[in-house]
Amino acid sequence: MSGQKKEELLKIEDLVVEYDTDEAVVKAVNHVNLQLGKGETLGLVGETGAGKTTIAKAILRILPDPPAKVRGGRIYFDGEDMLKLSEGKMRKIRGNKIAMIFQDPMTALNPIETVGKQIAEAISLHEKLSKAEVEKRAVDMLEMVGIPGERYSEYPHQFSGGMKQRVVIAMALACRPELLLADEPTTALDVTIQAQVLDMMDSLKEKLDTSMILITHDLGIVAGMCDRVAVVYAGEIVEQGTTEEVFDHAGHPYTVGLFNSLPRLNGTEKRLKPIDGLMPDPTNLPEGCKFRERCPFAKDECGKKDPEIKEFRPGHFVKCVRAGGEER
Amino acid sequence: MTDISLEVRNLKKYFNTPKGYLHAVDNVNFSIQTGKTLGVVGESGCGKSTLGRVVLHLLDSTDGQILFHGEDVTHVDKAKLRTLREDMQIIFQDPYSSLNPRMSVSEIIMEPLLLKGGISRAEMYKETKRLMDTVGLAERLENSYPHELDGGRRQRIGIARALALNPKFIVCDEPVSALDVSIQAQVLNLMLDLQEERGLTYLFITHDLSVVKYFSDDIMVMYLGQVVEKAPSDELFASPSHPYTKALLSAIPVPDVHAPRNRILLKGEITSPINPKPGCRFAARCPYASEECHREQQLVEIRKNHYVACQKAEELMDKKEKL
Repeated sequence: MSGQKKEELLKIEDLVVEYDTDEAVVKAVNHVNLQLGKGETLGLVGETGAGKTTIAKAILRILPDPPAKVRGGRIYFDGEDMLKLSEGKMRKIRGNKIAMIFQDPMTALNPIETVGKQIAEAISLHEKLSKAEVEKRAVDMLEMVGIPGERYSEYPHQFSGGMKQRVVIAMALACRPELLLADEPTTALDVTIQAQVLDMMDSLKEKLDTSMILITHDLGIVAGMCDRVAVVYAGEIVEQGTTEEVFDHAGHPYTVGLFNSLPRLNGTEKRLKPIDGLMPDPTNLPEGCKFRERCPFAKDECGKKDPEIKEFRPGHFVKCVRAGGEER
Repeated sequence: MTDISLEVRNLKKYFNTPKGYLHAVDNVNFSIQTGKTLGVVGESGCGKSTLGRVVLHLLDSTDGQILFHGEDVTHVDKAKLRTLREDMQIIFQDPYSSLNPRMSVSEIIMEPLLLKGGISRAEMYKETKRLMDTVGLAERLENSYPHELDGGRRQRIGIARALALNPKFIVCDEPVSALDVSIQAQVLNLMLDLQEERGLTYLFITHDLSVVKYFSDDIMVMYLGQVVEKAPSDELFASPSHPYTKALLSAIPVPDVHAPRNRILLKGEITSPINPKPGCRFAARCPYASEECHREQQLVEIRKNHYVACQKAEELMDKKEKL
């Protein structure tokens, strides 16, 4: 997308995901386009229910069907459309070439199995190694995430939250995946532990040359971790660009609103400027721009047709009729 | 003296566990002036929620004194507690589990009025409507149930319920942690408006330092049941002096791509609050810890109204630029 082209690892085109319920159809992901270069970290930012996790699960094809249905689009990984692969081939990719870290480390681990065995399981599923070799790899992985190898035979409940998340990360990285999907990996952790885990993820990513999609609602984490960022609102990507571009020249009124809602550490403001209203009901999305009802700049034309995605500044894309026109 | 809303002296709360006494709140002292906000920050397990609950008598204190508008309310009988609770209320963290799923919005808000009694049903109903209006809940939602509403609206119900008996003092236990940022800002603004209009006093408990800075007049940092630093909000952020506060502040992810990144990464994790060793409880993780840190630390006023429980605080102040 941007000038200096990195080798492309993942490309999502026109992805549509819906959840069919008895009462209505939930339009969770609406025509999403995304690219990820090798070694790159992309931040997916947005609020609860925006569709961030659905996008990640669609990549791995682990959406529960029913109710979830992928209604359209293509997901190219290493040049191959994963939506067309057989389930058998998909299994070889999951946990091996693409791994995922979930938000809650408490529920991501099996409580009645030792952490070492759980990491070993991931390795032996994908690689033909002897039992001793698998075990050695699992111990190495534990130490890589900063847990002493002696704790191989301990159970999840013997670890703290931060340690559990490290185990989950060790498990995800055990097969040296090309792509890591991290869904709010530190949201359940305290700030000082969060800092440790993020720091570790950053250096491991570098060391293992893994690309990453980092899902978060925390713009502070994006600023520190991501090369590029995509802002998700009501199942659409409303803004996309390099982190520096989006943070310095936010173009979509929603992105601007998000920044204004944040209390700043160095700020002196006495009142925050929240975004009015709520995200639209995904079973009943409005015509035209989905942010229109909360947008301070909404005009008549915003309700008539869906705004196009425009290149607002070089390599910086915004889905808003105002983008590129008058300054905000 | 007269305008101090809440004062707490040497407050302790220990839990008896099979492994020994868990020091959840250990020798905490503070006072809050009427109409002001004291922010309590710390990580999970530092005792901040327990502190809020002990202050409200939702848990009994082990030792120490609680004074409310000058009156000692540490040990009160049931009748007194009932009247006290009209003045002291709480807003809970989780707007999902703190509301009865089988009661409608208006029933939830009206319940405190029913329990207090003394006015007619019609008046109660009128008051409920007024409360809904105050917190920005549309009248059409009165017969809705909590599950039909989003987190922001649910938290507004919690606020309306807390306001129902016109309290003077409210403990806010992580009131916006479960909310998205754009909604979080709406709720924080509402709480500030209410404070201005009604002269409310808040004890604001949170783990989110950027929220606490925006919201509080004074801030108290807790670690393993103890207060390690206490200062006016601006002062604390301008010159944090306890090594833990410094690490905590530096760990916050800043939403600015140009901000310098010099995080102080702490070793290890919070240790067990059960039968803690004497001396500084942070010493095990502290980059500056030495022999002397095994002595008991006292809160010392290093600048006006700025208290730190670290004997190296003065020495470390000069090291600020190196961090």
